Amino acid sequence: MNVFPKWTNRLRELFGLGAGIAGVYVVVFVAYGASPQTLNVGYAPEQPVPFSHAMHAGELGLDCRYCHNTVEKTARAAIPPTETCMNCHARIRTQSDLLAPLFASWTTGEPMHWKRVHDLPDYVYFDHSAHVTRGVACVTCHGRVDTMERVRQEQPLSMGWCLDCHRDAAPNVRPPELVTSMEWTPDRPAAEVGAELMRARYLKPSTDCSTCHR
Amino acid sequence: MTVSDTSRLVLDEPYARPILVDGARDLASITDRVCGVVERPTPPRAWYVAITITSCLTLMLFAMVGYLIATGVGVWGNNSPAFWGWDIVNFVFWVGIAHAGTLISAILFLLRQKWRTSINRAAEAMTLFAVCCAGLYPAVHVGRVWVAYWLFPVPNQMQMWPNFRSPLLWDVFAVSTYATVSLLFWYMGLLPDLATLRDRATSGLKRGLYGFFALGWCGSARHWQRFERAYLILAALATPLVLSVHSVVSFDFAVSQVPGWHTTIFPPYFVAGAIFSGFGMVVTTMVPARELFGLKELITLRHLENMNKVILATGSIVGLAYATEFFIAWYGGNPYERFVFLNRALGPYWWAYWLMIFCNVVAPQFLWIKKIRTNLLFMFVISIFVNIGMWLERFVIVVTSLTRDYIPSSWGYFKPTAVDVCTFVGTIGLFLTLFLLFCRFLPMVAIAEVKTILPAAHGHGAHGKHGGEGRPGREVSHG
Repeated sequence: MNVFPKWTNRLRELFGLGAGIAGVYVVVFVAYGASPQTLNVGYAPEQPVPFSHAMHAGELGLDCRYCHNTVEKTARAAIPPTETCMNCHARIRTQSDLLAPLFASWTTGEPMHWKRVHDLPDYVYFDHSAHVTRGVACVTCHGRVDTMERVRQEQPLSMGWCLDCHRDAAPNVRPPELVTSMEWTPDRPAAEVGAELMRARYLKPSTDCSTCHR
Repeated sequence: MTVSDTSRLVLDEPYARPILVDGARDLASITDRVCGVVERPTPPRAWYVAITITSCLTLMLFAMVGYLIATGVGVWGNNSPAFWGWDIVNFVFWVGIAHAGTLISAILFLLRQKWRTSINRAAEAMTLFAVCCAGLYPAVHVGRVWVAYWLFPVPNQMQMWPNFRSPLLWDVFAVSTYATVSLLFWYMGLLPDLATLRDRATSGLKRGLYGFFALGWCGSARHWQRFERAYLILAALATPLVLSVHSVVSFDFAVSQVPGWHTTIFPPYFVAGAIFSGFGMVVTTMVPARELFGLKELITLRHLENMNKVILATGSIVGLAYATEFFIAWYGGNPYERFVFLNRALGPYWWAYWLMIFCNVVAPQFLWIKKIRTNLLFMFVISIFVNIGMWLERFVIVVTSLTRDYIPSSWGYFKPTAVDVCTFVGTIGLFLTLFLLFCRFLPMVAIAEVKTILPAAHGHGAHGKHGGEGRPGREVSHG
């Protein structure tokens, strides 16, 4: 006895196809869709003051460490306080409307509410000083900040991305005095230079769970 | 010898086709009887009482799982040194129970044990429901259930993979394979019976639903030919699973280095225990179910007796395994091993150990006596003992070893929390709720398969001279 019309037989194939596609979809979704490469790269929030890294770090040539002054000593690369800005802006562009929030902060003592661009999960331990003093450059993880009008996230900062470098760090290791240079390129293959530096300084990046998840 | 004794002797003769079901004179009466359970307008009052209780317990389970997910696994009693507690005990308990269904449907099928046809459907259903209860524990014990997909090797941005050397991962594959094959086997066997229900359905909704799941079965010769072949293939695929799944579960323990776990006897001992507990649960549920739904003539005392024999055999194997463990602990000369086993019997969990010995080793021995193994009350009580005993076995293995390991300074005593207890009771509720729903909405007995063992299917029975008798039980020769 047939309950359903004959064309419903074709639903069987469609269902099989759908189930197959669903399986592939889940895997692709987890691998790519849910990756920070898709979700986070390109994040460039508007800041309370349209601070231009392209002008300050690029045109004017300020060293990264002038503002992010703790980067060589501590885990965090400090976001500069209003006072750092006022070193110059106490005299420069003092009437600018764009800088009004900065002057307000200076007068009231209320810190600027900069929006964080590069934000790792709380369960990840990351130490800027450990990387910078061993010759991993700012540009490696943050990109060409000296050309960015507004800072955006260039790299995925995913766990797999961290591991890629921890497993093969040599191409990303340079002489530590050159870490803030945005344009330095080695005259020999980078991996060769890095490997020599790593040998000389006994650099052995760890891939243990507890290195980053403490 | 009385007349009934001689007739039984005749029945058991191998060259005669034994009469495996009572009272059913022809093929149609089998269909009527089994479909009648599903088709009666309202189920028996006892069914309502039972499902009210069990669904309340199921709701309690959901509440406990919700509380666990919202709060964390700290709501359970697991803590140093017993990082495994009732969660793994209950997981192994339910996976073990899941073993009877496939044994009955696959191994007994390949061994041509025709008596299986009356009970295989219900036993397979129990397998699935027990796997549901078992699968719940690994899923929620990870704490963060939203990352439970980490159990499976899916490429991900973390470049993180399960540890392929870990038996816990093998477990994931073993149990999920088992669940899949059991589901396919059960569902495929259901097809002809679903079609029967479809064809007898009185309302459009029922016809539509049963028709949808019957996948267009029309009982043509080609359908049957393919059905038989697929059934055989699935039986052959499922047979190694009966042995492999609980072996892999035992590796969770045996591959570790904890004294009392690190033994090679675990795989066979676990498999025997699993079949033992599975048959225990089948007897526990079938004794009331056949009474409740009037299927006593299909699920006869002979079936129950056969299952009791399996319980007796596997229970004895389990007892032998306990004895062997003690012997090896002494003979092996390893002081830690020796301590663990003395501690099991005489340490702080002595009560659990001796209760286990009573339930698993002593109680089934009564089944040697025919009067007891054919007495419904006695077999029901013994099957309850088997269930309790097999739960205690897992508890003893997990907890005694963990709370008294190498370092005395870290010894402890495991205490379950109320959430532990309510979760476990809740899984019993879930299991029974699913089983009660199954009894009400699906054919509890494999109609098509039972028909093949009727004398009528062999060219006798309904039309022969025995047709009019109450028991068509005297047919000796055939063909």
